[in-house]
Amino acid sequence: MAAADRQRPPFVAMLRDSALAAVVAALLAVPLLGVRLVDNASGLTLDRRLPLVLYAAAAVFAGRLLLSLAGRYLAPSLRGMTASLPGMPRNSLVIFGWVLVAAALLLPWMPFAERNLIDKLTLILIYVMLGWGLNIVVGLAGLLDLGYVAFYAIGAYAYALLSMHFGLSFWICLPLAGLIAAMFGIALGFPVLRLRGDYLAIVTLGFGEIIRVVLLNWQAVTNGPNGITGIERPTLFGLSFSRAADGPTFAGFFGIEYAPAQRVYFLYYLILALAMLTTLFAQRIRRLPTGRAWEALREDEIACRSLGMNPVTVKLSAFAIGASFAGLAGSFFATRQGFISPESFSFIESATILAIVVLGGMGSQIGIVLAAVLLVGLPEWFRDLAEYRMLVFGGAMVLIMLWRPQGLLSRREPTVLLDPKPASAEATVP
Amino acid sequence: MSEPAATLLQVDHLTMRFGGITAISDLSFAAKRGDITAIIGPNGAGKTTVFNCLTGFYQPTVGRLELTHETGKRFLLERMPDFRIARDAHVVRTFQNIRLFAGMSVLENLVVAQHIALTRASGYAVAGLLHLPVYRKAERRAVEKARYWLDRMGLTASADQPAGSLPYGSQRRLEIARAMCAGPVLLCLDEPAAGLNTRETNELSDLLRDIRREHGLSILLIEHDMALVMEISDHVVVLDHGACICHGPPAKVRADPAVISAYLGTPEDEAIALTRGRS
Ligand SMILES: Nc1ncnc2c1ncn2[C@@H]1O[C@H](COP(=O)(O)OP(=O)(O)OP(=O)(O)O)[C@@H](O)[C@H]1O
Ligand SMILES: [Mg+2]
Repeated sequence: MAAADRQRPPFVAMLRDSALAAVVAALLAVPLLGVRLVDNASGLTLDRRLPLVLYAAAAVFAGRLLLSLAGRYLAPSLRGMTASLPGMPRNSLVIFGWVLVAAALLLPWMPFAERNLIDKLTLILIYVMLGWGLNIVVGLAGLLDLGYVAFYAIGAYAYALLSMHFGLSFWICLPLAGLIAAMFGIALGFPVLRLRGDYLAIVTLGFGEIIRVVLLNWQAVTNGPNGITGIERPTLFGLSFSRAADGPTFAGFFGIEYAPAQRVYFLYYLILALAMLTTLFAQRIRRLPTGRAWEALREDEIACRSLGMNPVTVKLSAFAIGASFAGLAGSFFATRQGFISPESFSFIESATILAIVVLGGMGSQIGIVLAAVLLVGLPEWFRDLAEYRMLVFGGAMVLIMLWRPQGLLSRREPTVLLDPKPASAEATVP
Repeated sequence: MSEPAATLLQVDHLTMRFGGITAISDLSFAAKRGDITAIIGPNGAGKTTVFNCLTGFYQPTVGRLELTHETGKRFLLERMPDFRIARDAHVVRTFQNIRLFAGMSVLENLVVAQHIALTRASGYAVAGLLHLPVYRKAERRAVEKARYWLDRMGLTASADQPAGSLPYGSQRRLEIARAMCAGPVLLCLDEPAAGLNTRETNELSDLLRDIRREHGLSILLIEHDMALVMEISDHVVVLDHGACICHGPPAKVRADPAVISAYLGTPEDEAIALTRGRS
């Protein structure tokens, strides 16, 4: 009974609150909906539409009430549901990760894996790799970078131009593209050394736009908005994936029949390998002084300096390494498409990658995979709903910020334990 | 010059102005090697500003800050950027408002403090990425050093917890442990006893004396707890309105009329504690 007594006042308050909202809505609706100018034979007349005002007020009343009720009764159970997520032991996450890798490796051999699916997965994997790369900058070093797509573009153009002008193969261009992107990362890093947070975000956003505008306007080198076509496709140890080529072909070498899907499968494995390289690198470097310095910088720059760390090298290394992975992904993109133009590197790409990192839970490798599937995969499958993509995108971000501000999966694991084994044994003892 | 110079730190004519405010004016003092030198003074006297000048966070308006290592190597701190003062001159500090890497574990805080040594051992990440034995050994050594300080500070049980989740007193001790892991020649502590209870303060006082003796350390100490200051310091410098009004051994400072009047202008119990020492 006492509990019921305590329950009633919030409900009354909710009702009152909803009624107030309805009154406000009605007042607003009178000029907005309630009257209409009608142009008829006798001149302009005012048409009163009282029912519309009532509908609006009723809708606001119901909506407001539902929201408060949901906030009161649903949110705790939602929270209870999510509270179990971070409790997931680390080992099970690691096992889940390797299961995912095994599944990704075997998938092309499954009967249902048709070309279209593999193609889509390749696209998702590009974003997974970009997410893992950006996570180094944003998640580890805490440097909010809104221009990450610039390095992706630089990698793509670096490969396209190097292969076009110097005839270099994809495998030589790949590390070069990474290196060039890293150099641009450092070039961006210098002017923003003193900036943090929002200011840094704005400058990096500007940097991303500058790169895109340069690509768009530097006709002589980049061919402007028309982009670069006929980019060399990748080869496997010199075996090309075309029907007939100057050199040996993949199909010819293995004595199998040519199929255009072979290249699709090859590209899939290629990006899988590149993405794995990114995540393994990121996980290893997190446990090294370099990675710990990034995290320390994110936590407190002044304390870092008081311990003898040079913030310049710490920041620049984060920018450079983050950028180099975008460069690798960029040259993969170029070789996959065979055609690139500045259009592919607009701000929305940066926003998508950042959203993947934030949604996934900063620092969580598997969270980023889930987020990439959600944000890139789903819109690909539901092409018909493409118009609503941004709506869903925005809605999802708002929900995630309300529901799990730390991202889907995020539990920071220490990079070093005092006594790795006894500690886990101790965990079972209360 | 066979004996190592007895003076570790020589501050000459240090002046620090912020626009129209003169936070420190013409301050000169010296700190001897192996001593605990206390800097005391009422709120806003400029004590933290002295630390900020020493550790390179502020560029002094005027003044010379000279540090001499036991090897005879000399550093002019006012010309060095902050991180080089910590890295090369080995002047390491703590902060009045604790600055830990709150999201990282307690142990990680101590390992990060050994960044310089570990970076070299990891061959600037190359040996580390390849997981070479050189790096593994260096990391194990770093963890052992951290373990030593965790044991010293009684923090071993919470080694793998986020530093930000520790209770206040433990955070203060962790910050000192972190500074010690960075291998200081001169340790600068900014109000290490602030917010500690009496028992914790007594422990801190023992700890500071012990580590000074065992690790050949020199300490510069800012503190409002007069009992603590009088008990452990060898030399006291009293600041008021940015100027040194008195300096000398604790007994002399305690009896100085200028000091008493400076303190009587501020909280009364502090002045009483000052005249009586630890009750
Ligand atoms: N960055 C700054 N800009 C402007 N004024 C400053 C700055 N830093 C310190 N001051 C001023 O210098 C004076 C001395 O400050 P400081 O922090 O050194 O005092 P303190 O002795 O450490 O005091 P407390 O015991 O309260 O910590 C104060 O008047 C303060 O306002
Ligand atoms: Mg202070």
